Amino acid sequence: MTKIKSLADLKQLKAEVQSKIKLREKGDHPENLIQIRVSMATCGIASGAKETMTYLIEELEHQGIDAVVTQTGCMGYCYAEPTIELTMPGSEPVVYGYVNRAKAQEIIEKHIKLNQLVDGIIPVNYKQIDNP
Amino acid sequence: MEIINLKIDNKPVVVKKGTTVLKAAESIGIDIPTLCHMKLDDLNIENKPGGCRVCVVEVKGRRNLAPACCTEATEGMEVSTHTMRVVNARRTVVELILSDHPADCLICAKSGNCELQDLATRLGIREIHYKGEQSTYREDTSPAIIREVNKCVMCRRCETMCNEVQTVGVLSAVNRGFNAVVAPAFEMNLDHSVCTYCGQCVAVCPTGALTEVDETGAVIRALSDPTKTVIVQTAPAVRAALGEEFGMPAGTLVTGKMAAALRRLGFDYVFDTDFAADLTIMEEGTELLGRLSAFMEGDKNVKLPILTSCCPAWVKFFEHQFPELKDIPSTARSPQQMFGSIAKTYFAGKLGVKREDLVVVSIMPCVAKKYESSREEFAVNGNPDVDYALTTRELAQLIKLANLDFRSLPDEDFDQPLGESTGAGVIFGTTGGVIEAAVRTAYEVFTGKSLPRLDFEELRGMDGLRKATIDFNGTPINIGIAHGLGNARKLLEEIQAGTSEFHAIEIMSCPGGCIGGGGQPYHHGNAEILKKRQKAIYAEDKNKKLRKSHENPYIKKLYEEFLGAPLSEKSHHLLHTQYFDRS
Amino acid sequence: MADYTMHVLVCGGTGCKASQSELIKLNFQNRLSELGLSDEVQVVMTGCFGFCEKGPIVKILPDNTFYVHVTPEDVTELVEEHIVKGRKVERLLYVDPETQASVHDAKGMEFYKKQVRIALRNCGFINPENIDEYIARDGYAALGSCLLEKTPEETIRIIKDSGLRGRGGGGFPTGLKWEITRKSVSDQKYVVCNADEGDPGAFMDRSILEGDPHSVIEAMAICGYCIGADKGLVYIRAEYPLAVERLKIAIKQAREYGLLGEDIMGSGFNFDIEIRYGAGAFVCGEETALIHSMEGLRGEPTVKPPFPAESGYKGKPTNVNNVETFANIPPIINKGAGWFAAIGTEKSKGTKVFALAGKINNVGLIEVPMGTTLREVIYDIGGGIKDGREFKAVQTGGPSGGCLTKDFLDTPIDYDNLLAAGSMMGSGGMIVMDETDCMVSIAKFYLEFTLDESCGKCAPCRIGNKRLHEILERITEGNGTKEDLDRLRMLSTVIKDASLCGLGQTSPNPVLSTLDHFYDEYLAHVDSKTCPSGQCKALLKYTILEDKCTGCTLCFRNCPVGAISGEKRSPHYIDQSLCIKCGVCYEKCKFDAIIIG
Repeated sequence: MTKIKSLADLKQLKAEVQSKIKLREKGDHPENLIQIRVSMATCGIASGAKETMTYLIEELEHQGIDAVVTQTGCMGYCYAEPTIELTMPGSEPVVYGYVNRAKAQEIIEKHIKLNQLVDGIIPVNYKQIDNP
Repeated sequence: MEIINLKIDNKPVVVKKGTTVLKAAESIGIDIPTLCHMKLDDLNIENKPGGCRVCVVEVKGRRNLAPACCTEATEGMEVSTHTMRVVNARRTVVELILSDHPADCLICAKSGNCELQDLATRLGIREIHYKGEQSTYREDTSPAIIREVNKCVMCRRCETMCNEVQTVGVLSAVNRGFNAVVAPAFEMNLDHSVCTYCGQCVAVCPTGALTEVDETGAVIRALSDPTKTVIVQTAPAVRAALGEEFGMPAGTLVTGKMAAALRRLGFDYVFDTDFAADLTIMEEGTELLGRLSAFMEGDKNVKLPILTSCCPAWVKFFEHQFPELKDIPSTARSPQQMFGSIAKTYFAGKLGVKREDLVVVSIMPCVAKKYESSREEFAVNGNPDVDYALTTRELAQLIKLANLDFRSLPDEDFDQPLGESTGAGVIFGTTGGVIEAAVRTAYEVFTGKSLPRLDFEELRGMDGLRKATIDFNGTPINIGIAHGLGNARKLLEEIQAGTSEFHAIEIMSCPGGCIGGGGQPYHHGNAEILKKRQKAIYAEDKNKKLRKSHENPYIKKLYEEFLGAPLSEKSHHLLHTQYFDRS
Repeated sequence: MADYTMHVLVCGGTGCKASQSELIKLNFQNRLSELGLSDEVQVVMTGCFGFCEKGPIVKILPDNTFYVHVTPEDVTELVEEHIVKGRKVERLLYVDPETQASVHDAKGMEFYKKQVRIALRNCGFINPENIDEYIARDGYAALGSCLLEKTPEETIRIIKDSGLRGRGGGGFPTGLKWEITRKSVSDQKYVVCNADEGDPGAFMDRSILEGDPHSVIEAMAICGYCIGADKGLVYIRAEYPLAVERLKIAIKQAREYGLLGEDIMGSGFNFDIEIRYGAGAFVCGEETALIHSMEGLRGEPTVKPPFPAESGYKGKPTNVNNVETFANIPPIINKGAGWFAAIGTEKSKGTKVFALAGKINNVGLIEVPMGTTLREVIYDIGGGIKDGREFKAVQTGGPSGGCLTKDFLDTPIDYDNLLAAGSMMGSGGMIVMDETDCMVSIAKFYLEFTLDESCGKCAPCRIGNKRLHEILERITEGNGTKEDLDRLRMLSTVIKDASLCGLGQTSPNPVLSTLDHFYDEYLAHVDSKTCPSGQCKALLKYTILEDKCTGCTLCFRNCPVGAISGEKRSPHYIDQSLCIKCGVCYEKCKFDAIIIG
């Protein structure tokens, strides 16, 4: 890893990584950018988020679906853990709660493959300050 | 110096910046009650955890009550010490403490001397409104100290003494909440710990949670046993404090009354540990000179500095904490043990009494002496050289039991031959005294000259660490003095590091030396008392005709008749000892 | 394969389900099927919208229309009007309470602005183990701009102007704390992050460290720059393994990038962070106790002053801030003091993270602007009370706080309002209670906690709380007297007034606030020896109603202690002196002839 030696370095790095993330967020390359975030805080992990995440990664790979599965922190819906946020290319992110193996399978089969919504969506009820 | 103006109970007060509200109030005659707080002014010892909350006062503009003992006075502060809110809180707090305290005042070892009892009396507590479960802990008995933990009020004074002053680190708060209490680690017993039995925890405990092992009963039994010859020795510091137990002002010397009282108690011979102190100087002084001479002759293996060894808590301290230095202290036994050894050999022989039938009782300002007398190496075939070591307080108890009006007793002398002593023996009772006594003898033996002056002011005082250089006729001898084991630790660490500049060091465990011992009448945090005792000791020295140990005629006689010479084989056998690695 | 063009989202939260949302879904499906639209419109049951006050909720996509108070009967109209004809059903739209205008698009609804994420801005959004994602979201830009473009004084000015107050509970102005520590003269100073979260049910600090550790690291470095410290310490409970792990990874990554270490970004400023572990003692959240614990001493508080800003870790000036406080720092620097100060109330700026727990539907972590009302938090965000029960009280501030009743539901939440209401902000635990909770037992529960967690140093807290607990125990066991209620109040007052640290000074709050707000409930316990919510087992009394008892003997046969007697086919009786209140008879009775009183 190269060191950040100045503010300019930091800004340059930000520009680089931001474009990477933006690519992911905005879904400019729909052919390979299904994005799934698994909430992996203590509450999520305790409810089985690790299994869900492993399953998602393996199953998507197994089925040859190109998706980015990442972990993230607590989304706040602790009552509905494990929670995942699924962003289909070109669509708004959708949050699902109580995503166990069966629900994950359903989400892959219906939402990811057929672009149908699945029962168990959690409406996002907060706003992100630095979202433009 | 910054000046602070404040008002306490509407009275204006001017104090130095940094003064506590408690001190500020005291300066205008307002005595705010305290419990956990303790400050020994000249010794730099202070315990103010702010834990008991008895000294709370109201400060205008402050949300809650402030503990006077650890709240600094600030400019313009307005303090009220007895509003209804304050008095209610204070009384409630004391009631709460009492609600978790055994109500066995009448039979408590501290009855009459208990600060909690005084506080309840002062606040007029007649009812405990909040009764409930009391915490219970098991009692812990050691050779010297009894911990009756149920009576602990978490004032933490013992902890301050054990950790900060003595750096022994045995006592600290354990457990949480209602079960919190001061105890050794893992709540083990004291005798499994590295406790030195210095007894400073006992000296400061406001309640009956920490007391000495009571051996008065055993002594009374011995005294009433017609088959036993019972003799007693009294340590130098006892005479400077015993009077306090009978309402005499601190610093009153009661040597003669004490001898009279002991005689009336039924002791067959009333002797003086001071005699043994003179004997100690002969042995230890000779040892010092031996090592010094060897050093000057270029012997690289000689162990210097030489350390005094009269204090049993100090001995136990280095055995635990600095076992690798155990060759450095003088091998001379303490005066108590030298006395016991001589009494059960030389004196028993003179009387024609069997060792087993001679009971040696010592009166000590110390609780560690109880432990010392029980050490295995100080017994012959299981018969100890000293049978019972009572504290000054226990002696007072015996005197009271015997219906003696102590204050009106006549002054009497000690018996001979073990009752004669010089001023050098007397000053053993204060910090700096042992080394001064040693210098008086060592100088004259080393130089062959008579000392031009006997009062070595440079060795006296109350500073925890002192040093002085004495000119031994062209040879500068560096002397170090420490009292309080924390101070001793500093000197030992220098020795460990090889940076010590001293030829001889005197170490006493208790702040002030034996006058501040754990077996003395309770000073209740008043350091002035220690200073007065010290003054009394030096006064006794000054009044003595003989003030150098080697001039004691009975000591000379003892060597002539029995021991031969200092460090002779017999001396080695009877008057010297060895130390053990207890780490 | 169906390719849906429209989605109907029906709320499946507990509240809406209780209002027949399942039937609504079914009606939609049936109606759509009848119209042959099943392949075009998909009906989906969702989790709680958190807007239960207006439930049942139906949302139609893609045009984001939000319908409230929908009944199963409304479905036909919604299908025919909205789905078939594309016309919105005005009467079911959400009406903005301020403007009285119908809101067509959910995004325009005020409701969705109730949560504003500042401290949690990256939680659940970035991968906490990837520093690049943090940097992509403006990470370390605040540090860079402070180090290279602002003086420490200017930076402190920004924090002061923002009005940020300590989020650990006390609410001390953060900028002022930094300024005091900056002014202390010393060769060495320390920045300490207090991550010793200990309130029962609270986990905001853990979530921030797990979800966005870099924001804390960045803020600590900024603090170090401001106060003149090159060393930071994070005091964290060892029971937070994931947070510790993520923090370690983050520190490592920051070091690799040179964002921790020497000469950060060429500014000449050095700063590094170490982790210290706590054993989970609640009192170690008190800053002096925390410092003693880090020094290897007994974790117990000491009298302030001296404050840590003057004499803290190893006797050096130390600035202690809580995790959430730190997490607010970078956005304040990036977006300016004015932006932050515009959020919240007059004296409490910004947002506060709360851990919602208890008898509430949406248990979880929320972040709302200061000034949000309890009602909004509990009903709008929290989805209301579980199982449709009645709200009784909410405990804020954890064991140091107090219970607030429904009278306070419309109080805007900020430091001062909560204090005035007899509770406190605390670190942000919020536990909701319903009608089945006995307030005496609740007070007892919290006291049990403080009793366990008191360090035992000062007498009022060590012994006083024990006595309080004993009195409460007496009351819940039916042995309390009216004098006990006076004693509770008097003793509580002294404990608050005379205890050494914040723990003792606040420990009676649950007792006092329940005494204030639920005195009748206490009275019932001591006077008529009854527990109105039926929680205190010792006070329950099972009786058989003569007129309803058929003498079936089922209770008689099931009673484990033989307390029930009676002839067949005639009313039975319960011998109260034998009854152990197990409740078996009550459950077994088929005729509702047994009542609990």
